[in-house]
Amino acid sequence: MKSASPSSTASMSGRLQAWLPKLVLAPSVVISLCFVYGFMLWTFILSLTSSRMLPSYDFVGFTQYARLMNNERWWVAATNLGVFGGLFVGCCLVLGAGLAILLDQRIRREGVLRTLYLYPMALSFIVTGVVWKWLLNPGLGIQAMVRGWGFESFTFDWLVDPDMAVYTLVIAAVWQASGFVMALFLAGLRGIDDSILKAAQLDGASLPRVYWRVVMPCLRPVVFSAVMILSHIAIKSFDLVVALTGGGPGYSSDLPATFMYAHAFTRAQIGMGSASAVLMLCGVLAILVPYLYSELRSRRHG
Amino acid sequence: MRALTTLPLFRKSMLGLAMAGALGAAGQTQAGEVEVLHWWTSGGEAKAVGTLRDLLEAEGHEWKDFAVAGGAGDSAMTVLKSRAMSGNPPAAAQIKGPEIQEWGELGLLGNLDSVAEEGNWEELLPGVVSDMMRHDGHYVAVPVNVHRVNWLWANPEVLEDAGVEMPTTWDELFAAGEALREAGYVPLAHGGQPWQDATTFESVVLSLGGSDFYRQAFVELDEQALQSDTMIEALTTFKRLRELMDEGMPGRDWNLATSMVIEGEAAMQIMGDWAKGEFTTADMQAGEDYLCAAVPGTDEAFTFNTDSFAMFQLDDDEAREAQKTLARLILEPEFQQTFNQIKGSIPARPDLDMSEFDRCAKRSMQDFQAARDADTLVPSMAHRMAMRSDVQGAFFDIITNYFNSSDMTAEAAAQRLVKAAELAM
Repeated sequence: MKSASPSSTASMSGRLQAWLPKLVLAPSVVISLCFVYGFMLWTFILSLTSSRMLPSYDFVGFTQYARLMNNERWWVAATNLGVFGGLFVGCCLVLGAGLAILLDQRIRREGVLRTLYLYPMALSFIVTGVVWKWLLNPGLGIQAMVRGWGFESFTFDWLVDPDMAVYTLVIAAVWQASGFVMALFLAGLRGIDDSILKAAQLDGASLPRVYWRVVMPCLRPVVFSAVMILSHIAIKSFDLVVALTGGGPGYSSDLPATFMYAHAFTRAQIGMGSASAVLMLCGVLAILVPYLYSELRSRRHG
Repeated sequence: MRALTTLPLFRKSMLGLAMAGALGAAGQTQAGEVEVLHWWTSGGEAKAVGTLRDLLEAEGHEWKDFAVAGGAGDSAMTVLKSRAMSGNPPAAAQIKGPEIQEWGELGLLGNLDSVAEEGNWEELLPGVVSDMMRHDGHYVAVPVNVHRVNWLWANPEVLEDAGVEMPTTWDELFAAGEALREAGYVPLAHGGQPWQDATTFESVVLSLGGSDFYRQAFVELDEQALQSDTMIEALTTFKRLRELMDEGMPGRDWNLATSMVIEGEAAMQIMGDWAKGEFTTADMQAGEDYLCAAVPGTDEAFTFNTDSFAMFQLDDDEAREAQKTLARLILEPEFQQTFNQIKGSIPARPDLDMSEFDRCAKRSMQDFQAARDADTLVPSMAHRMAMRSDVQGAFFDIITNYFNSSDMTAEAAAQRLVKAAELAM
């Protein structure tokens, strides 16, 4: 008996040590299981029902999805997401990489410039939206200013043109996010071993060629994470649309997130709103799953 | 020793306190608490609601304020839904139009028949309004006010400067528009948001088709009416109004459009009578500094937008008593008059003395009574009074898309209205 007690306390503390991390993590696991994954599941269930003003459990199969597919506004929103997402991610990458390369040329006052470019990221999308709404308003913004200089025929009325309104979203979002992408690239550039660059230069590669063939391939992981971050910003964009265009003119600059909000919360069509939310989730998964897959696979190989 | 002498004294005072408590409780057996969900949170509106609170508290009941700001009531509705789903709805909630029926169908609303009978609501309220307040024949809600939507507001100085009169037909309006443009003004201030587009459109429909046509199209959702020539003409006229607006209008808030009229930048605006609040804040007098008239061709008709409180079923007797008191107070002259003067609307009962109100409100009340008698009182489509919210949403999409698109024809828009109306069938 006497000899057993120290070993049992040791095993107790050992067991406690083994359990402690799990115990501490448990609340957050439960919370996220319940409030993230649970609600995802609930949304999916609701999307199969005929819920209108309040959730009901009258299952109608995939009718809500069929209605969604026949809804013209949904297609406007989905097309807009394609245009907005593609241009937003593309422009941010190009601008961000360009700025980062220019800043990396050991210039003076780099810190000041870097802060200047990064600063828009500190603003909320609502602020960005309102500021750009004023700038792009033909009656008080850029157009009015240039006309005030005497160029009477100058027109820049994208904000009020149904065909161009979605591009104003791209302008505002790129303005906000490209500085952040620049910071990512800059960090990546700083991490590249100088000797590689020197070797390339010794081999007689021109500067653009060095960047294109040597530096950029080294930055692949940076590009990848930038694309991930930007595309999820694009898919969940809501505040920017609300502040900048309000989805208009008409509903020409609607995005799926604003579509979902309008139907689930103001139009008493919870079923259809849920269906559109599920499709948005599928959009996110379509990007996330290949990413996780490639990440995990490369780790296994590495 | 000292402790012993004070003890009986202490006992006595405790007894006294208990007695007082018991008496107090006896005096207030009727006291209940009413939780009221509303979204009147801006300065004037909050003050207007405050009058109701004071009246209720004067009757010895307790008012529990449950104000949810934002989104023209959308946020409040979201909160209400979650409260109702968890089985704990407030006693009263600001719900309007056909939504009252939707809540009624869920079986969540209480019965106000006894209050209605005592207050003789049947006689007081115009038929369209009282029908809206009833579900399945029983009163479940009580109207607070009546807003008229088909108003045309104008700045007389601007009209005078351009040498035009207040237009009474669409031709006059378009002619006036040209003169105003030449004089350097924006003829019609507008904000390009879906509900504002719909507000303008419903007035055009009412003007060109009359109130019977309006009801067929927007209340009964009649297929023939929606694709009739009248509807196409209305759509065409509606689109023509764009010529009178400025290019900065998409997305503009209604009050900014009103301030264009106030500042003399624009001449006129089609908007409901809540616009009066903006004029009043700018220290302008109705009939002198700003003019109000019915939208051209809608003199005889009245598009109404009524705010109302729906009463939820309660288990507690005292709370139910308080709830009924609230319902009674809402329709009593005292509240109707004070509230509506602050809010810019007119009382929901046409029998009240209007001498304290401004000129536009008096005109509104006259037209309200006339429209009730002539049966030209129609619910506003743009303000969730005429149809279910999903159909209304689909209508908004079509109207605003047509208004803003350069290549959509009036015929195509009418066809899409028909398709949207099928949603409701």
